[in-house]
Amino acid sequence: MSFLDYAPAPESRAILSLRDSYGLFIDGEFVDGRGEPFQTISPATEERIAMIANANPADVDAAVAAARRAYDRTWSKMSGRDRGKYLFRIARLVQERARELAVAESLDNGKPIKESRDVDVPLVAAWFFYYAGWADKLDHAGLGANPRSLGVAAQVIPWNFPLLMLAWKIAPALAAGNTVVLKPAETTPLTALIFAEILQQAELPAGVVNIITGAGDTGAALVSHEGVDKVAFTGSTGVGRAIAKQVAGTDKKVTLELGGKAANIVFDDAPIDQAVEGIVNGIFFNQGHVCCAGSRLLVQENIHDEVVERLKLRLSTLRLGDPLDKNTDIGAINSKEQLERIRTLSDIGEAEGAERWTAPCEIPENGFWFAPTIFTGVQTSSRIARDEIFGPVLSVLTFRTPAEAIAKANNTPYGLSAGIWTDKGSRILAVADQLRAGVIWANTFNRFDPASPFGGYKESGYGREGGRHGLGAYLAPAPIGQSSTSHAAISGRASTAAVEADASAPAKRSRTAKPARTLKNATKGSKR
Amino acid sequence: MSGTSLVSARERAIAVLGGEPDDATLRRYLHGIAGVDAVGLEQRAAGLGTRSIKTSSKKWALDRIIELIDLTTLEGADTPGKVRSLVAKAVNPDPSDASTPRVAAVCVYGDMVPFAVDALGAAHGDPDDGLISVAAVATAFPSGRASLDIKLADTAEAVAAGADEIDMVIDRGAFLAGRYGLVFDQIAAVKAACARPDGTSASLKVILETGELVTYDNVRRASWLSILAGGDFIKTSTGKVAPAATLPVTLLMLEVVRDWHLATGQRIGVKPAGGIRSSKDAIKYLVTVAETVGEDWLQPHLFRFGASSLLNDVLLQRQKIATGHYSGADYVTID
Repeated sequence: MSFLDYAPAPESRAILSLRDSYGLFIDGEFVDGRGEPFQTISPATEERIAMIANANPADVDAAVAAARRAYDRTWSKMSGRDRGKYLFRIARLVQERARELAVAESLDNGKPIKESRDVDVPLVAAWFFYYAGWADKLDHAGLGANPRSLGVAAQVIPWNFPLLMLAWKIAPALAAGNTVVLKPAETTPLTALIFAEILQQAELPAGVVNIITGAGDTGAALVSHEGVDKVAFTGSTGVGRAIAKQVAGTDKKVTLELGGKAANIVFDDAPIDQAVEGIVNGIFFNQGHVCCAGSRLLVQENIHDEVVERLKLRLSTLRLGDPLDKNTDIGAINSKEQLERIRTLSDIGEAEGAERWTAPCEIPENGFWFAPTIFTGVQTSSRIARDEIFGPVLSVLTFRTPAEAIAKANNTPYGLSAGIWTDKGSRILAVADQLRAGVIWANTFNRFDPASPFGGYKESGYGREGGRHGLGAYLAPAPIGQSSTSHAAISGRASTAAVEADASAPAKRSRTAKPARTLKNATKGSKR
Repeated sequence: MSGTSLVSARERAIAVLGGEPDDATLRRYLHGIAGVDAVGLEQRAAGLGTRSIKTSSKKWALDRIIELIDLTTLEGADTPGKVRSLVAKAVNPDPSDASTPRVAAVCVYGDMVPFAVDALGAAHGDPDDGLISVAAVATAFPSGRASLDIKLADTAEAVAAGADEIDMVIDRGAFLAGRYGLVFDQIAAVKAACARPDGTSASLKVILETGELVTYDNVRRASWLSILAGGDFIKTSTGKVAPAATLPVTLLMLEVVRDWHLATGQRIGVKPAGGIRSSKDAIKYLVTVAETVGEDWLQPHLFRFGASSLLNDVLLQRQKIATGHYSGADYVTID
């Protein structure tokens, strides 16, 4: 036998107790949707996992109304410390149910269990822990004293990191005192619905988080709903552009996290074995379904052949197959539609004259699969060097000097992330300084931390998620005259100042902000 | 077993280096090799450590681990009796299960070689033939702080007494002082001292003592240096310095061996030693070998574990697979 044909090591599905069908999570309860239900399938086998409710505009109304009620009556009045307690509780429950969530994520999304187990779910817990800590420290969020929450946040998330994107959206929104209506992607609603059960377990007040499922029209109805104060979207640039148009002229705050075509720049003095790992991790992590994926490899021409040779050797050891097998490196492509897109763009790459190399992988009979692929001889004018493929396809380009590397890296309508590989510290700083991208990794790639802000330049979107900046996206400064109230509160003269200032605030805001402020000041006053 | 012959090793080094192996040439060469990013290396090693080896793969792996062990005793208190006991364990690791394979070698101090050879008797020979080799540590092990003459005498004596393999230590002081030429010459001289009158030669394992080299860049350079000077194996540690073998260090040395193979077509062995005590850890090493240099390397002439307590943990795991339940420490022999 061959040792490298590792015996199957499947993670058990027994830990999952899935329902046959899931409703919409509105006002703390699962309710039937009024649209036509749809199925969610496992992209690895094309088997149905469960039926999912479809929210129509009336359901969206109900969800937004529930979020508004929860905001007015409960969440905006609650102290930051108490909000933090709920977030800590959610974080701990995510940890307790980590294996279940990982299995569900791999089943529904197709990503390898080692990634959902070691990356996605631990980061989800980390995100809730991080923002739980912020909930009672909003005065230090960078917006001055007493920043106010925005109200109801409409959040639409993609299918590549279903639960992690949920955490990126919900954790800061709740910490800042907003309530939420979230729509997961049509093909990956499962973990969001299990998360809804976790919210019930955590006894989060009804309506603070509402999760509605459906397709693009549900998302459109949600973001354009008059009752929402904030729109947060992660997904394609096309949809992001449509959302930006839709909310233009309203007073909704918007953050968009869109596509990318990141350059991963390898200089000739790079730590070569680690750079090869970084290239693999950059583009083949999560089947390349990563908006910040390092899909353009810019390698210094004098080491091009060596890097490509080593890369091919390394890719030949990747294991493609059952996402639930603990040894799987490359899982399934999330949907047939996405697989078609990857195939089309790859064919275009070939037609444009780039040389295609595909790792030797056995492709399973059912499901959606695409073996790791490298294109060499790609030019900056090639479509595979410009369009986001969102799959396990790497375009290799070369450069001669740092200046050329920077010029090529920046020559894209996107600007989400970039990578730099060199042993020379001064070069890292000099190059990073000139790259127009939101996140720049040095001698690593695709590393995430809740304390670090994440977001794009240009067509990659605007606004930041993560860190203090991500919190700021869900807050507004206190209205003029109120920012000093916290100091007044300390001296026990708070209440009058707060009430006076609130009277001058816009009607909608005062309705929501006034009780919160009075309560906060009262608490502070009583302590003194 | 036949190691690389000395003349070809030196010629080979000159060809690779483009000059005599003196300090300046070696420095130019070794410092021209790409650096190592510690975070990335450790991340990759950790990733390899998450492979899940189950059922038939685990069964195969456990047997193979035994076949790759250099069963070791390196104590000041070693006696002929202790060595005989170790040899008996090497020949018959699990008296309750005759299907248990034998270890690759026993590893002892030079003065214990005659007792090991005597105790092995007919079982002494090449692990490829199901027999057991005798490895001797030499060159003023573990510190290496002695004159070259003493190191060479130490080596020659062990070979004359019947040692099949010599585990030498490099002069870490000379290496850290940048005297690469001196380290090269010493390895080459010890290699020469491994020669037997009949023209064959004992196999040479070069111990880098990575715990004293400290940085991964140093480990990579010392690996290249040892291979260039004619080492048949590169070995992590003496077991007397902490940290001894770690997975990242072993991965790094395997990468050097892989690169050397790509460049020259020659195969060099790797031996992590010290600190590998559990089957679970040892399986991580097998995975790392197979996924870095290839499965071909999982044979006694190309990979060894320097270990003592590892064997018993593997035997317990084997018994568990055979019987379906865990036994306990008293169901395997202490040595």
